[in-house]
Amino acid sequence: MSKLKSGSNLEKVLKAGHFAFTGECGPPKGANVAHLKEKFKYLKGNVDAVNITDNQTAVVRMSSMAGSALMIQEGLEPNFQMVCRDRNRLAIMSDILGAYALGIRNILCLSGDHQTFGNHPEAKNVHDIDSMQLIALVKKMRDQGKFMNGEDIDVPPKMFIGAACNPFADPYEYRVYRLANKITAGADFIQTQCIFNMDKFRDFMKKVVDMGLHEKCYILAGVTPMKNAGMANFMSKYVPGMDIPDSLVKRLKGVDKRDQSEEGIRFALEQVEEFKGMEGVAGVHMMAIEWEHMVPEIAERAGVLPRPVV
Amino acid sequence: MIVADRKSLQEILAMVEDDKEILIAGCKGCVTVCNAGGLKEVEILASSIKIARKKQGKDIDIEIEVLERQCDNEYIAGISEKVGNYDAVISLACGVGPQFLSEMYPDQTFYPGVNTTFLGGATQHGVWEERCAGCGTCAIHDFGGLCPIARCAKSLMNGPCGGSSQGICEVNKEIVCIWDLIVRKKMEAGKLADLMGVKGVKNWKSARHGGPRKSIREELVQGNI
Amino acid sequence: MRLSYPADVKIIQVPCTGRVDILHLLNAIEDGADGVYVAGCLEGECHYIEGNLKARRKVEYVKRTLTELGIEPERVQMYNLSSAQGARFAEIANEMVSQIRELGPSPVKKNNAA
Repeated sequence: MSKLKSGSNLEKVLKAGHFAFTGECGPPKGANVAHLKEKFKYLKGNVDAVNITDNQTAVVRMSSMAGSALMIQEGLEPNFQMVCRDRNRLAIMSDILGAYALGIRNILCLSGDHQTFGNHPEAKNVHDIDSMQLIALVKKMRDQGKFMNGEDIDVPPKMFIGAACNPFADPYEYRVYRLANKITAGADFIQTQCIFNMDKFRDFMKKVVDMGLHEKCYILAGVTPMKNAGMANFMSKYVPGMDIPDSLVKRLKGVDKRDQSEEGIRFALEQVEEFKGMEGVAGVHMMAIEWEHMVPEIAERAGVLPRPVV
Repeated sequence: MIVADRKSLQEILAMVEDDKEILIAGCKGCVTVCNAGGLKEVEILASSIKIARKKQGKDIDIEIEVLERQCDNEYIAGISEKVGNYDAVISLACGVGPQFLSEMYPDQTFYPGVNTTFLGGATQHGVWEERCAGCGTCAIHDFGGLCPIARCAKSLMNGPCGGSSQGICEVNKEIVCIWDLIVRKKMEAGKLADLMGVKGVKNWKSARHGGPRKSIREELVQGNI
Repeated sequence: MRLSYPADVKIIQVPCTGRVDILHLLNAIEDGADGVYVAGCLEGECHYIEGNLKARRKVEYVKRTLTELGIEPERVQMYNLSSAQGARFAEIANEMVSQIRELGPSPVKKNNAA
C-alpha cells in the first residue's frame, strides 16, 4: 500500500490515515436526472465517496455507470457498484473500461441479489463469474494491464477495488475466511453490510484483527439509520442477509412514532462513535437510502465534518 | 435422471381441444421413475381428459401406448403403423421424446404433456431434487462432492454469498444453501484450506451456453456421422 | 505351406473378429503383452457381414486410449486378410513382431512385479 493505485479521493483519504465516511445513493426508477442531482446536493462535501447502487435488490433503476458519470459532473466522487447477476465477462470488462473512461475510480464488486427478489423475477440471470473472480479480474486489468484472456489492454483501468462483506450471514465461522479470500483476490477496501448486531460485529472484528486482515485492506463498517420500527421489521423479514436484534426493534417501538426516526439516528450515531475507536475499522459507510437529505445532519452530529481534503 | 412434471390439465385440454382421436404416449424411462409419464400416469391422463370431455357433453377417442423409451428411433419406430390414425399425439416423455417423434413422423402433431425440468434424483419417495446442471465440466470433487453450479442459485464457485442464512438460500426457504453445506463439510473434515484462494472462472463452452451439444462414441458409430 | 512366423506370436482363434472386445485388447496390454493385433477378413468379405468393421473401430478406440495413457498406439493393430492368404499371414506376423521389437518392451512390463 505504498503508491496510489487509482488516485481516487477515497483511496487518498484512507491512505492518509483519516477515518473515512462514505455515503450511498439509489438511482431513480427512471431517467430522472433532476431527482438524482437533488440527492447529490445533500451528499456533496459530507462524504468522501458515494456508492451508487446497481439494480439493487434486483429492482430496475437507472444504471450505476450513468449515475456515477452524472455524479462526477456534479463534483462528487462515485463508488461504482457492479453486480455479476446481470452481466457476462464481456460486458463486465467492457463496463470497467467504460467506467474508467468516464472518470470513475472506485468499483465495488458484488454478486447481486437474486432476481427473484426484484420486480422482474422472470428474468434470466447471468452469473458468468462471481464476485470473487470479479475482484481478481479488476486487479488483473489494473495491475497487469490485461484482459481475462491475457490480451493487452491499451489503457488499463486504475481502479480502487472494493468488495462487500456480510459478517452476519452464515456460516458465521467462515465469513472471516471469505473476507480473507476477497483480500487475497485483490480487494483494496471492504464495505460491510449494514450492522445492527453490535455484539456479533465486535466478535467478527476481533477475528479480522487476529488474522491481520485490517492491515491488508481498509474495512468500512456499514451503518443504516432506521427511520422507524416498521423499517426495522421490514428489513428483518425481506432483505437478505440482515441481522436485526430484537433489542433494537424494541428500542424503536418504545418511543412515540414521531420520535422513532430520531431514536434510529441516535443508535446510528452511537455506532459511528464506537467504530471510530474500534480496532481494524478504517471508516464508516453510511447507507441512508431514500433518506439522503438526512446525511448532512447525521454527518454533522457524528462529528465527521469537515471531510478531509487530500 | 431427467425429472419432469405433468402439465396442468387445463393446458393439455387446450392443446387437444379440437381433436377427436388422440394417442397418449408414455415412456418407461425417466418419466416412469419420477411418476410423471409412465403407464399409470398415461391412464390417469386418459381418464381425466375423458371426464373433461364428457362434462362438456363431447366425446373423444383415446388410445394409449407406453414405449420402452422415446429417445431411441428403434423404439419409436414401433408405432409407425398407427401413428397416422390420430388427430394428435400427447407425449408424456421428457422434452426429448416428442422431438424424436416429431422428427420421425413429420406429418403428425405431437404435444408435450410434461414440462421437463432438471437432472436430479429422489431424496425421498415422491420428492425429486435437482443435482446436475449438465455443465459439461464436472468438478464436484473440488467442492466435497457437492455441485455449486447446479445447486447454488447464483452458481457461485466461491460462495456463499451474503444472503445465506441459517443454511438456507436467500431465494426461498425450501432451498438449502449448498455453499453452507460445502463449507461445513470442509470445516468438519479440517480441510478449510481447500477453500482458500480464488477458484478460477468457469468455461461455459461445454454447457448449453456453447450451443446445442452432441456426444459421440466413435467406436460405436457405423459408417459416417 | 510351411512358412515360418516368429514364435513370439500367440494366436487366439475366434469365429469372427467381431467377437473381439475392447476389454480383450486392453487386458492383454494390462497383463504385459508388448503388442496385440487383430487379423480379420478382408473388408466386405466378413462372413458375419460387419464383424471385422466393428473390430476395426474397437482397435481404433484402444489406440486412442493408449495414446491418452502415454503408450504407443502402434502396439495395437488391425489387419485384414483372407483365410487363403497364408503368405500374407506370415508376412503380417513378421511385420508386427519387428515393429514391436523396434518399440521395445511394453512400458507396462517395467512396473509389473513379475
